[in-house]
Parts: sequence; structure tokens; C-alpha cells
Amino acid sequence: MSETIDARGLSCPEPVLLTLEAIKKSGSAEIEILVDTDTSKENVMRAAQSMGWQILEVNEESSGYKIKIGKE
Amino acid sequence: MEGFKNFFATRWGIIFVGLVIGVLAPLLQKFGNPPNMGICVACMERDIAGALGLHRASVVQYLRPEIIAFVLGAFLSALAFKEYRPRGGSAPFIRFILGMFAMIGALVFLGCPWRTILRLAGGDGNAISGLLGLISGIWLGTRFLKAGYSLGKTQPAPSKMAGVAFPLLMFGLLVLLFIDPQPPDQARGMILFYSLKGPGSQHAPLAVSLSAALLIGILAQRSRFCTMGAFRDLILFKQGHLFSGVAAFFIAALATNLLLGQFNPGFAGQPIAHTMQLWNFLGMTLAGLAFSLSGGCPGRQLFLSGEGDADAAVFASGMIVGAAISHNFGLASSPAGIGPNGAIATIIGLVVCIIIGLTMRRR
Repeated sequence: MSETIDARGLSCPEPVLLTLEAIKKSGSAEIEILVDTDTSKENVMRAAQSMGWQILEVNEESSGYKIKIGKE
Repeated sequence: MEGFKNFFATRWGIIFVGLVIGVLAPLLQKFGNPPNMGICVACMERDIAGALGLHRASVVQYLRPEIIAFVLGAFLSALAFKEYRPRGGSAPFIRFILGMFAMIGALVFLGCPWRTILRLAGGDGNAISGLLGLISGIWLGTRFLKAGYSLGKTQPAPSKMAGVAFPLLMFGLLVLLFIDPQPPDQARGMILFYSLKGPGSQHAPLAVSLSAALLIGILAQRSRFCTMGAFRDLILFKQGHLFSGVAAFFIAALATNLLLGQFNPGFAGQPIAHTMQLWNFLGMTLAGLAFSLSGGCPGRQLFLSGEGDADAAVFASGMIVGAAISHNFGLASSPAGIGPNGAIATIIGLVVCIIIGLTMRRR
């Protein structure tokens, strides 16, 4: 079971806020985050790692990136 | 695990960028820029407004090449690293208003966050109340963000050309600066306005300003250097990534000032500064709140506009208009103190920004 957050088009720090919110609330062990800039990608990855989550996958898509993170 | 392909996105990367900017800014001062104003995004945009005749404050008129080169450096860097992404449409007019009031607040204090740090690194004690104001404004912004504040999503632009508009405008200004330099001892070129005295008359040689600012534009685009985000992330996420860049910026600027003999500690008689601490504080509270609500410090907005972010370009344009308003209607401070309408404008700005913070919500 995984959850998807669409943070494309949102400015700083909203993608990180949404990611952290999902990490805190989510019952699922995996979360997918969609972002549209490299800045947001780096920020989301940094935030997830600071919460002790792992970056499972980063895929480049036409509209940006899909980042899959998982609980350790 | 996916590592960071971008060195500048690492902790050491942003520290490196902070150190470089911290050395270059006092050097620009050494080469001729105004004291404690090696770089000041707000002051320099204000000087551009003056050079274009949007306001006619005779001491602050110069088409500052640093601003131009910040945008062009970020633009070239974004192209080179495939991060050029034309986009826009996230509440542009609200961003314009935020830009206007950010500038109005910054000119009550006399400096943007970059200059706040540089004033501190030059020994100007009045910058302490400015810095505290900045942090308070950003803190207020984080409360709104926590409560769901959002200006909504941007959309990809229909054409790749859309994001070129602002960099092209900057390039046009650069061409103007080359073909219309200041005639000796005159305050007017063919088109552009210049200053004969005051901060507008103090500037590093064009080639020095351009190359330093181009380098900063490139490095800041790569590293996402942001003086507002530094404090915001610390308050909101207890995350010190961007802060380490700003700390490095301060330490390098302090060390460079000490080496160059540009460190003069004190409160009274500091260059391009006043001692009305309440308004130093509140001016920067307003600026900090406006930067926080728009997602970036004034430098970051320029670097984003170089990446093709039209909303950031609208914010920067709002700042330039805000500078014109500040100087046309007596809102801007001077070394003598705040302008006749500076206090009321600051309060109106705070009220407007708080209303924006309260009403713009994620759906």
C-alpha cells in the first residue's frame, strides 16, 4: 500500500511540508512524491532522510520527478 | 540509495557557496561599491529603479550590473544543467504585492537580508535589530505555512520562450548600460539616470561587478542559496542546510572585512544606516514576512527568475516598483532616520501581508 503526494508546481517549502506531514500521518511504509523542479527533489530527499526514511527510487518523468521513499 | 548528483546541493556545497559570496561582497565594496553594500539586492534594485527614472532620488541612480548578472548567471547555469523550466501562474499579482511591500520594508531598514548580514559583518550594530526583525517576520510566515498557507501551483509555460522574457529584459538593460555610460560629471546619459554623489555614485568597475555577480548567479542557482530559507527551514523543520550557507557567508564576510580594514564596530554614524531600532526591526519584520510568504529571499527570486520562474520575475518587478513608491512618497529611510511616511507604510504593509497569510490557503 503506498500513498502519492502531488507537490508539482508548489513553491518552497510546501513540497517538504507535505512530505513531512505524510511521513508523520501515513500508516503506509512507502510514499511517492511528485515534484517538478530539481530544488524540490533535493529538498524532499533531504527531508525524508532527516526523518530516517530511505530514498527507494527517483524517476525522471516528463513533468519532473517521482521520488519513492520508504520507512527503514 | 540515490545520491546527490549535484555537489552544491550537499552541506559542503552550500558552505562553499556561502564562503565565496562572503569574500566577493566585501571585495566589491573594496572595488568601489557602497559601504556594507558590496551586495544588496534591495538597494541595487532600488538603484535600477532610479537609473530608469521610476523615482528621482538623485543619490540612488545606477543601473546596477550585479542584479543583471545574477539573473543571467542563473539563466546560463539553469540552461547548462537542464534546470531551465519556464513556469508561472501561482498567484502572480499577490506575489507582485508581496514584492512591493518586501521592498518598502527593506528600505525602512535600509537593506535586504543579504545586506543585513553584510552590515553585521561590517560592525554595524543597528543590523542586530534588523536581523531580529527579519527572523520575526520569517517566524510569522512559518506560522501561516503551518496553517496551510499556499499561493497555489505554477503551471508549465506553453512555450520554452516564456521563461526567457526576464533574462532578456536584463540583457537589454546590460546593452543599455554599455551604450549609455555615465558622461563625466553628469547625472544623465542619453537615457539612463546616474548619481553624482551618494551610494548611486559608488560602484565597482563594470567588468568586476559583472564577473563577480555572474559567478554568484551560477553558484547560487546550483546551491539554491537563500537567506530567508536559511532561517525558515531552521524554524519550520529544524533543518540547518541553508543556514550553514548563510553562516559561512557571514563568517567569510567578517573575515574579509577584518583583513581589508572594513570592520568598524558601532551604532552611530554607520554607513547608509539609521539608529531608529524599532523601525529597523519592524521594517525587516515586514520584509521577512513578505519573503517568507513568497518562498524566497530577494536574491533567490532573481535566481529563480533566471530558471524561467515567471512568478519570481513578477516578485522582482514588484520590488522595483516598491522602490519607486518608497522614494516618490517619502517611505524610504535615510541616515537621518525613517522617511515621513515610512512608519505608516510599514504598518499598512504588515496588515496587508497578514491578510494575505490568513486568506491564501491550500484547498
